[in-house]
Amino acid sequence: MMVVLPVLQLLLFGYAINTDVRHIPLVVYDQDQSAQSRDLARTLVATGFYDLAGEVRSYDEIERAMRTGSAKVALVVPPRFASDLQKGTPAQVQLVVDGSDPQTVASATNTAASLVTARAMTMMLARIARSTGGVATAVPLSLEPATWYNPELRTAVFIVPGLIGVLLTMTMVMLTAMALARERERGTLEQLIVSPVKPVEIVVGKIIPYVGIGYVQMTLILLAGWFVFQVPVIGSLPLLYALAFVFIAANLAVGLFFSTIARTQQQAMQMSFFFLLPNILLSGFMFPWEAMPRPAQMLSQALPLTHFLRIVRGIVLKGSSFQDLRTELLQLVVILTVLVTFASLRFRKKLV
Amino acid sequence: MNAVPETIIRTEHLSRRFGSLVAVSDVSLEVRRGEIFGVLGPNGAGKSTTIRMLCGILDPSGGKGTVVGYDIARESEKIKQRIGYMTQRFSLYEDLTVAENLRFYAGIYGVPLLTRAARVRAVLEQTGLTARKDQLSGTLSGGWKQRVALACATIHEPPLLFLDEPTAGVDPVSRRDFWERIHEIAAGGTTVLLTTHYMDEAERCHRLAFIFHGELLDSGTPDQIIERRKLAVVELEVDRAHEAADVLRAHPDVEEVAHYGHVLRVATRNGRDPAALARELLRAFAISNVRAARATVEDAFVAMVRAEENHAPRAD
Ligand SMILES: Nc1ncnc2c1ncn2[C@@H]1O[C@H](COP(=O)(O)OP(=O)(O)OP(=O)(O)O)[C@@H](O)[C@H]1O
Ligand SMILES: [Mg+2]
Repeated sequence: MMVVLPVLQLLLFGYAINTDVRHIPLVVYDQDQSAQSRDLARTLVATGFYDLAGEVRSYDEIERAMRTGSAKVALVVPPRFASDLQKGTPAQVQLVVDGSDPQTVASATNTAASLVTARAMTMMLARIARSTGGVATAVPLSLEPATWYNPELRTAVFIVPGLIGVLLTMTMVMLTAMALARERERGTLEQLIVSPVKPVEIVVGKIIPYVGIGYVQMTLILLAGWFVFQVPVIGSLPLLYALAFVFIAANLAVGLFFSTIARTQQQAMQMSFFFLLPNILLSGFMFPWEAMPRPAQMLSQALPLTHFLRIVRGIVLKGSSFQDLRTELLQLVVILTVLVTFASLRFRKKLV
Repeated sequence: MNAVPETIIRTEHLSRRFGSLVAVSDVSLEVRRGEIFGVLGPNGAGKSTTIRMLCGILDPSGGKGTVVGYDIARESEKIKQRIGYMTQRFSLYEDLTVAENLRFYAGIYGVPLLTRAARVRAVLEQTGLTARKDQLSGTLSGGWKQRVALACATIHEPPLLFLDEPTAGVDPVSRRDFWERIHEIAAGGTTVLLTTHYMDEAERCHRLAFIFHGELLDSGTPDQIIERRKLAVVELEVDRAHEAADVLRAHPDVEEVAHYGHVLRVATRNGRDPAALARELLRAFAISNVRAARATVEDAFVAMVRAEENHAPRAD
């Protein structure tokens, strides 16, 4: 444990820390539908910094894509883009960026901006070469960046909702794992399992107070976020509290599972920390999820926090609705079911 | 709810291994309804392990058994509804009061809500805990803690009660009180199976079982067990008692020599008359006050353990 842990830590950090964010999901709102506009989108994707997540037909659809998290960037090409370019009228494309994750914003904007600038330069050079006179033209093509949800790109906006998830993960897993390990250490577990009380009653009885604690913690962070860091909740609070239950329950199940393995409180504590690590590093709390390599992303899909982060950021920062978060919720429920099954299979009313 | 069978506990070749360690090996015993049954054995003999298997919280690795008419391997949850178990290190929830602990155990043992308060009050009364009902359990002395623990284990009036070293570390007066309670409980029709290291307590049981290295060496009433060892005992006073003891021990018919202050206690086997043997062997010593004594459970216990150690020397 003592040797494996640091090595694993190193690997995880190595995997996760990659500030060069690639594969940012992109939607294209092409109002022109010309060869030129399609070419621009294609070149953008070819850089490897964006993954084409689909075409949209309106700003509303862009917003929807961002609220569900299926896109973090949108390229908007205005009508008459091709004809403007043809005529030499300065054309402008728009890049809408989801500002709730400030770390991706810079990468997202910079790449597109330099690409568009490069393209503009080429056009200007071509134009100069073609024109016999020395007619100085205005820049033919430019990029107008627009940041939604967190236009000032404040880190607090990004961190506060995430903190709810991280703190809940830490306390819920640890409290449950410790609670049963403590009873085992003190010998009271033997007294419990020799009674006719059902395993589910022991488990639920142990867990329910912690659900309450979880909600109190969440409320405190939300209040602090609102009044101290000016991060108001844009979406529906009841929705947030309802979905948080699934997340809290998932973490309690993890803790319960640990408590069936751990023989002492100390072991329970170690396991909880061990679990916390990939949660912090891989869930997208600290480092942009899109920047992580495929294996790390796949691993992180199994962590409840990964999905809850998208849910809590979606509701708090973008006002996502139940519809928007359906798939994340579904994945969370699947994880919860697996965890509860595991934990209750392991938790038997036996000593060894 | 079925009637409690006449043989309330029956095991056949019950065994339990932990890895390569055999904690309980081939134990077959019977406990009859209504008796106080004592399980004796040195530390690590497998007493607690046996009880845990009987309570259905540890799976046997071999053999079988029934408790209150139910199979210990397959019907452990039914057993759990009909037994009380005071674990060896019974721990109360120390941050709860005495009454709260009782209410908690009443709850998990399924005492109906309607009768719960009355039942808790009755148990407090019976165990003399009424005056201390609001005291935090963590602040009780050892003897009182054991009383509360016993009260918790009997809150649901089980027909069968397991007590694993219930009086360990308890002073003689409290032990006596505790045993009064046990006899009261047994008089009420409850069968009690307990373990102890105190030989005076062993003599208070109706029947006993001796376990050594996981094996059952003997079982029966205290008298039967003493009888079977064929021991005869004298007590005598002698000068240079230490030397005299060594002389006695060298003889093959001497089972055991023990010092009690100035008195030597000499036990012989094979029907040898201990008084005659002592006089013969200790001619060079000044003997006085030779008197015949009754062989005790302790004598039998020591004899059995010695015999086992001599006949089957073990690797450990
Ligand atoms: N869960 C376990 N895992 C491994 N070994 C165990 C376990 N429980 C008991 N043992 C071993 O089984 C043997 C019997 O233990 P047990 O507790 O039944 O003895 P005991 O007769 O109750 O002793 P004591 O008088 O000290 O309470 C011991 O050697 C003990 O170390
Ligand atoms: Mg024991």
